[in-house]
Amino acid sequence: MTVGAASVDPVEIDRFEKIAEEWWDPDGPMRPLHHLNRPRLAYSRDRLCRHFGRPAADLRPLRGLRLLDVGCGGGLLSEPFRRLGAEVTAIDAGADNIAAAQRHAARSGLEIDYRVASAEALAGANESFDVVVSMEVVEHVADLAVFLDALVTLCRPGGALLLSTLNRTTRSYLAAIVGAEYLLRWLPAGTHDWRRFRKPAELGRHLRRAGARLEDVTGVRFDPGDRDWHLCRDPRVNYLAYASKAEKS
Amino acid sequence: MAGKGQIDTDLLIIGGGMVGLAQALAVASAGLRVVVVEHQDPGALTGAGHDGRVSSVSYGSHALFDRIGAWRHMSSRAGAIREIRVADGGAPLFLHFDHRDVGDRPFGYMVENRHIRLALGKALADAPDVTLLAPAEATEVRRQRTGVVARLADGCEIRAPLVVGAEGRQSPLRRQAGIRCLSWQYGQTAIVTTLRHQLPHHGVANELFLAPGPFALLPMRGKRSALVWTERHADVPALLALDDDAFDGEIMARAGDHWGRIHCDAPRWSYPLGLQNAERYIDTRLALIGDAAHGMHPVAGQGLNLGLRDVAALAEVLVDAARLGLDIGGDEVLRRYQRWRRFDALTMLVMTDGLVRLFSNDIAPLRLARILGLGLVDRIGPAKRFFERHAAAISGDLPKLIRGEAL
Repeated sequence: MTVGAASVDPVEIDRFEKIAEEWWDPDGPMRPLHHLNRPRLAYSRDRLCRHFGRPAADLRPLRGLRLLDVGCGGGLLSEPFRRLGAEVTAIDAGADNIAAAQRHAARSGLEIDYRVASAEALAGANESFDVVVSMEVVEHVADLAVFLDALVTLCRPGGALLLSTLNRTTRSYLAAIVGAEYLLRWLPAGTHDWRRFRKPAELGRHLRRAGARLEDVTGVRFDPGDRDWHLCRDPRVNYLAYASKAEKS
Repeated sequence: MAGKGQIDTDLLIIGGGMVGLAQALAVASAGLRVVVVEHQDPGALTGAGHDGRVSSVSYGSHALFDRIGAWRHMSSRAGAIREIRVADGGAPLFLHFDHRDVGDRPFGYMVENRHIRLALGKALADAPDVTLLAPAEATEVRRQRTGVVARLADGCEIRAPLVVGAEGRQSPLRRQAGIRCLSWQYGQTAIVTTLRHQLPHHGVANELFLAPGPFALLPMRGKRSALVWTERHADVPALLALDDDAFDGEIMARAGDHWGRIHCDAPRWSYPLGLQNAERYIDTRLALIGDAAHGMHPVAGQGLNLGLRDVAALAEVLVDAARLGLDIGGDEVLRRYQRWRRFDALTMLVMTDGLVRLFSNDIAPLRLARILGLGLVDRIGPAKRFFERHAAAISGDLPKLIRGEAL
């Protein structure tokens, strides 16, 4: 889809503009994602720098790495990864999201290859990346095994995978569904189905079967003191995971 | 000069004074590109006649100057403050701070503004990521959701994700953003100059609280001290009009005989005392620093130090964001800067305000209270050390550069 071409209906453009605004407004409906972005990016940057032997204090430490962002939404992670130097391909099943993300990236002057596609379709097309990222997606997919298999296929041997999701614990039920959806109204009710939340061990098992190794699991917690999200040891609610795919022997 | 053309940069700073240049060097130290637009000629700013004022550079500000490569260019011009004596006019009790009580380092240094400016200018030579455009005028600064576009008088266009207002008290960027200021006036004026004296000062800063307001001699390099002398507005013109001998006589009458013969060896400047604080330090793709955000009178010597803490906090917030790949001019990033700075600035303004009000009047009960207060603070160790640490600006949640750490 090319946005901004003469063939595109201006009413449609307005709609994408509005969707982009919703994604990118730090006080808008995506507010929790904006807050989660910092720990997610810090974790990703640090793991990738270690994995590929790059200095983390560099302003463009991911220079030259081919990175795939699966389930990119409005591009909240794709844009920072691009600024950090990666060559970013970002996919989402929602055409509206992709159109909105393209508009925003163009205004930010960032070159990102946005496509309406699924991980499975891309994997079937023999594409391969140094890094595959998929944040806050696995809790929404119907068949975890098939999805993770596609992610691992898309990662080149010697590459890295980064995931984030919600754990399936009593605590996460209280925090994500009762807390975030019903009490605080951070998220629309019905956003999550707790039964689809994944335990780290389940991710590890599926990844291993697909040919990758789960290297680390780190929790993310909200600190009501500074009203910010921080990385922590406790992965019982929200967690980030880093996996590696072995070099071909 | 850049001439016509277009410059894309990471940060645009309007105002190339001490705080603006320090901001540029601090941000560039982490590899970001910076453009500074200053309307005055740098040569004129550092000329001997332009600004005879002397700044107190706290230990933390010295650490920042060191980190950004400017301290080595001014250290030979800096007078170390090793002791602070605060006395109430005519009263026997006084407050005494010794640097050995807070670790064996000076409370700070007295440096002439001219030498700070020259040192920052020299540090720029080693900072290829900073472009100083001066003299140059930004005729238009358009701040939009997606970025800032500034146009200079010569037609050059500068694009950046963020603009920093470092233009001083009358900040045009602050006005353009519709940010109002709360201000106080004290009906007092500070006379500022430098003195030569016969006897050495031994690194002692003397702050004497007289009825019209504080009278301070702050140790500079050699047998020289900076004078900050506060008087009622109405009495100032007559003092400024005195001939040299009479003026020196007035100073010696107040200062006492610790320094031997004193004579004034610089022009006499005067500044009305006032405080101002902007209701916000940020707006869409705009951050205010230094006097553009908050102005102070010179009583506690904290104006430049407060500005440099803005510099350090903003640099840290921006560099952290850039290293995460975030948009450094985004609302979320700017709010972090504001949240961090506002409390510190307000505390300092309120403390300074308290000092002026407490020490600028001659009502008997107040006078008694402050004499007792000074004597008491001097005897209560922890309270005294708190004041001392604050005088040296090493307490609180300090940014890395002020703690002497790299970004």
